[in-house]
Amino acid sequence: MTPHILTRSLDRAATAFVLIVAAVGVLIPLSNLLLPQGSMFHVPTYLVALWGKYVCYAILALSIDLIWGYCGILSLGHGAFFALGGYAMGMYLMRQIGSRGVYGNPILPDFMVFLNWDKLPWYWYGFDKFAFAALMVLLVPGLLAFCFGWLAFRSRVTGVYLSIITQAMTYALLLGFFRNDFGFGGNNGLTDFKDILGFNVQAEGTRCVLFLLSCLALVTAFLICRAVVTSKLGKVLIAVRDAESRTRFLGYRVESYKLFVFTLSACMAGVAGALYVPQVGIINPSEFAPGNSIEAVIWVAVGGRGTLVGAALGAVVVNYAKTFFTSGPLAPYWLFMLGALFILVTLLLPKGIVGTFNSWWEPLKARRNSPDADSAAREDGVGAPNLAE
Amino acid sequence: MNVMDTRATSAMLYLDGVHVSFDGFHAINNLSLTLAPGEMRAIIGPNGAGKTTMMDIITGKTKPDEGTVLFDGTVDLTRLDETRIAELGIGRKFQKPTVFESQTVQDNLLLALNVDHSVRGTLFWRGSKAESERIDKVLETIRLTDARNRLAGSLSHGQKQWLEIGMLLAQDPKVLLVDEPVAGMTDVETHLTAELLKEINRNHTIMVVEHDMTFVRELGVKVTCLHEGSVLAEGSIDQVSSNERVVEVYLGR
Repeated sequence: MTPHILTRSLDRAATAFVLIVAAVGVLIPLSNLLLPQGSMFHVPTYLVALWGKYVCYAILALSIDLIWGYCGILSLGHGAFFALGGYAMGMYLMRQIGSRGVYGNPILPDFMVFLNWDKLPWYWYGFDKFAFAALMVLLVPGLLAFCFGWLAFRSRVTGVYLSIITQAMTYALLLGFFRNDFGFGGNNGLTDFKDILGFNVQAEGTRCVLFLLSCLALVTAFLICRAVVTSKLGKVLIAVRDAESRTRFLGYRVESYKLFVFTLSACMAGVAGALYVPQVGIINPSEFAPGNSIEAVIWVAVGGRGTLVGAALGAVVVNYAKTFFTSGPLAPYWLFMLGALFILVTLLLPKGIVGTFNSWWEPLKARRNSPDADSAAREDGVGAPNLAE
Repeated sequence: MNVMDTRATSAMLYLDGVHVSFDGFHAINNLSLTLAPGEMRAIIGPNGAGKTTMMDIITGKTKPDEGTVLFDGTVDLTRLDETRIAELGIGRKFQKPTVFESQTVQDNLLLALNVDHSVRGTLFWRGSKAESERIDKVLETIRLTDARNRLAGSLSHGQKQWLEIGMLLAQDPKVLLVDEPVAGMTDVETHLTAELLKEINRNHTIMVVEHDMTFVRELGVKVTCLHEGSVLAEGSIDQVSSNERVVEVYLGR
């Protein structure tokens, strides 16, 4: 079963993507650790962390593309699942600080001591164990997505209405996490992390391993998405996207399909958030801001919705541009530029970078392969007029 | 679904005293109609007569305010949703051809096959020989074998209509509800469609809604004329088209 799924999901572009991500995942840490500081190929540590952040964003973008590009569910609240995964990891990292905090309390994180709490709230139990925290990284976003999706999809909330309630969901969480008595550090969130599994989070080696793990997670998420979209289930998802009620009349339980991909996608977003937190060193309620979720949708639109590779590429390109422009004299205008980018892409490249490339490249490829391609093109001269259609 | 002793009627489809109103407008008004197993029935009627609403009720898209809708004499369709009704074996072709435009003709049929429709079943699906043979057979019946790898969106209007009929065949339902199959077709295509439906009728019960009288005449089956949500006349096409009330409704007073 496994080899069959692999051969089916790995076409040439997918293989190239996996190889590139794997190469980046290995080469950047190697250059950081092995090459001398002065070498022109040396990647400084701050860049490793920065690119690690982009890779996490790419995973988030993939998770959005899976539901938006293939199933037509436009979630404008996916940042919430990302942030929940991040908080689960942050709670583990907080418990690891132990008595090294400012107040030196071996059990309670600093902000709880500051709030005069005398014991750990029950929902913090277990987070001192990495395995438990890792499980929560998947379970909490997954469970929220499952409950949310179960209610929304069964009541047939679709389109703009669904987008609006996903915004409301992430906004509600934002307000909740801002509150001190919610028990997650309020406004300041969770920070001052010391170590992860006994390794110093600030150390070069740890950062490099985290980067490598993020790349591995990106490849894994990509392969899972490919396996899903190239299966028959993928065809059903596209059918739901293009003609939902028709699919229902064929006897498919549309809500179960939506619930499945929505939950899967939320778990992926959670993993992205969990890898993000140790690399940036903080998680606070602003990750729940509705704007973040919308920005993530823009990455997917720029890269090319429904292409997976495009989503990852869009996340990296837009975030690289963000870093580039917000650190220069153009910084105050970044949001205008982002808005303009979205408008331009919608007007000029409605299929995004990869989608536009595909629609140029595929006819060429088909023409080149036409003699031995499918039966429609078998007779000479039949292939050509078909292409013109 | 305990059968036999609870069976209320021998009809494949049984509608009795059905009422539906939308904001006070009576779309269906005391509609009663039966369809025998293996029968093909043509439904005619002016615009707004309730033809499409009737199909919506049978397929679970619209719930009637009152009345009985039974399938196969035992199953109360008013309690089930679209998916469940489709699973039971009622297939529907829409007025406007609705195929999955961004997927190939072949994949459209694959999606329509009445195999495991669960999430897990489709995730781990692997094609079987029996399935591809069935698809080949349907492609032949609807004359689209040469177009199997084309995107459904690139088909002509008539071909889309056939593809949709083909999807119904792949679904292999007990009852086919076909809404305006020849709208926008050329005379030749209309003729071929009539032949196709007659062929399908050999082992399926069919209900066809159509405006095109030549087509209905060619089908040569019992005709029901609807008007203002209830049955106005029923009989052969000659009987119905010579009925004074029908003429009046169609030509206006």
